[in-house]
Amino acid sequence: MTVVENKAERAEGWNRPQVIEPDGEGELLEVAMGPHHPSTHGVFRMDVALDGERVVRLKPVFGYLHRNHEKIAEGASYLASMPYTDRLDYFCSLTNNWAYALAVEKLVGQVVPERAEYIRVILAELTRVQNHASSIGFLIQEMGASGTPLMYAFKEREKILDLFESLTGSRMMCNYMRFGGCRVDVSASWLDATRKVVAGLPAFVDEFEALLSSNEILMARCQGVGILRPELAINAGVSGPMLRGSGVNYDVRKVDHYGIYDRFKFRIPLGDHGDIYDRYMVRILEMRESIKIIEQALRDLPAGPIMDTRAKLRGFRPKPGEAYGRIEAPKGELGFYLISDGGLNPYRYRVRPPSLINLTILEDMCLGHNVADVVLIFGSVDIVLGEVDR
Amino acid sequence: MAVDQNLKIELGKQGIFVTTIEELYNWGRRSSVWPMQFGLACCAIEMIATTMARYDLARFGAEVFRPSPRQADLMIVSGTVTKKMAPQVVRLYNQMAEPRYVIAMGACAISGGPFKQGYNVLKGIDRYIPVDVHIPGCPPRPEALIQAFMTLQKKIDGQPLTGEGRPRHLDAEAQGEFPVPEQGEHDLEPTSNKGVWPVPITIR
Repeated sequence: MTVVENKAERAEGWNRPQVIEPDGEGELLEVAMGPHHPSTHGVFRMDVALDGERVVRLKPVFGYLHRNHEKIAEGASYLASMPYTDRLDYFCSLTNNWAYALAVEKLVGQVVPERAEYIRVILAELTRVQNHASSIGFLIQEMGASGTPLMYAFKEREKILDLFESLTGSRMMCNYMRFGGCRVDVSASWLDATRKVVAGLPAFVDEFEALLSSNEILMARCQGVGILRPELAINAGVSGPMLRGSGVNYDVRKVDHYGIYDRFKFRIPLGDHGDIYDRYMVRILEMRESIKIIEQALRDLPAGPIMDTRAKLRGFRPKPGEAYGRIEAPKGELGFYLISDGGLNPYRYRVRPPSLINLTILEDMCLGHNVADVVLIFGSVDIVLGEVDR
Repeated sequence: MAVDQNLKIELGKQGIFVTTIEELYNWGRRSSVWPMQFGLACCAIEMIATTMARYDLARFGAEVFRPSPRQADLMIVSGTVTKKMAPQVVRLYNQMAEPRYVIAMGACAISGGPFKQGYNVLKGIDRYIPVDVHIPGCPPRPEALIQAFMTLQKKIDGQPLTGEGRPRHLDAEAQGEFPVPEQGEHDLEPTSNKGVWPVPITIR
């Protein structure tokens, strides 16, 4: 992890939000964008103060999708929370499952069979590919390209969802991981179908990139807009493609080596300027790296059980203690913090959602930009409201 | 008054097209239902998937998602309605022009779904606004949403222009505005709108 040392800047208080002064002519216009706004990815409100077209203040308003996930989990058994984790970040239910399973496995010291670890990696990386593809599609949609890039992304997403559905029984809410393994084993025909889909993915990313990367409008609207400085990103706890777009080399897959990620060869793409274009590019390159990981995992997939035979599912009572399990979800570091008091349900259940924490620096990125850029900067953060408000 | 089907087919063979005002009017209404671009939660993603290439909602004349409630005919309540969001949903519904229809998509919009036991989730949007089609599922598949569209089209097709069961915009006495709930001391007030949702009577 790169730690940026800049004492002169620190003395000036670089951590404080930037202040944009109105130019003194005319009045400030206060606009409430959302909760029903086509570009807010659900129900999110931004109270923006505008000086002409320029953003002077921006206040995010959360809580329109607060579904008391944590409180419900504290009253339910450990396994009963697994389906609820699907609904946190509803684009990537499988990585949510994994993060929760990892936290509980840490809590009880459960080991996971090798085959299950490989299946988890394959599913998590497929999830990453479809999440990044659709988040780029939504970003371009907000730029005004109504539909076309999103349709390309969803065409590929449907193929991946078909794989999820044939394995887990559901397109979006997979509820697949268990403490100590996975719910069902993959069949030979599923693996063949996956190989076929994965073989087609590089061509899709090429096509997507040929369509977008050198597009003049995209470059004009994304380059140099919404710059996030690495110091601020580190200080605010930003993670995922946002952080790497600012040039900070930090990926939980490389740092924690959770699961079996140290067995695969892959690189971490980094941005240079920290603007929207860098975040877009990091996502494209991450898709390519994910495809590499899936190919390696499919090649090395061992035979064996998918569930630890000693794993206990019914009457599951961990010993008193606490655990924090974290993974690199497509949107950033997703962590689950659990405290057990020895009972059937957790004493405290806390989610560390990447979306919410990445969203906290929205004002710093938007200040001084035009109101039309706010929508783009917001889109480049890649949030899902189910995870922000929980 | 309906035209005799056999006569209609026979005339059709001769190159004469016979219809009634009612049929023509309803055909026009049902073939261009414009939904409002309004996503709440997980189900919104399936709603977007329905409009995309594979499921292609455009076949039903409903691919034009309007961002403004003034231009929309159909509200798809796609996802969990929390108590903070419920007033906005009712307000948006009030802003829509007649004739307007509502599809409650998914378990959460119908009844609160898996989050029903929570303190912040509305137990069904049909407490505040009249719902035409309910689709169960968590989330419902895109095929289910298409099924809901077809059900709604059938409903529109069957509405007479006069008399009992006519659409609300032709009924001068039909309720146009629905009261917007507000957060009270413990819960939303009122807990349901009169005439929309019959409060179940508990028999002890």
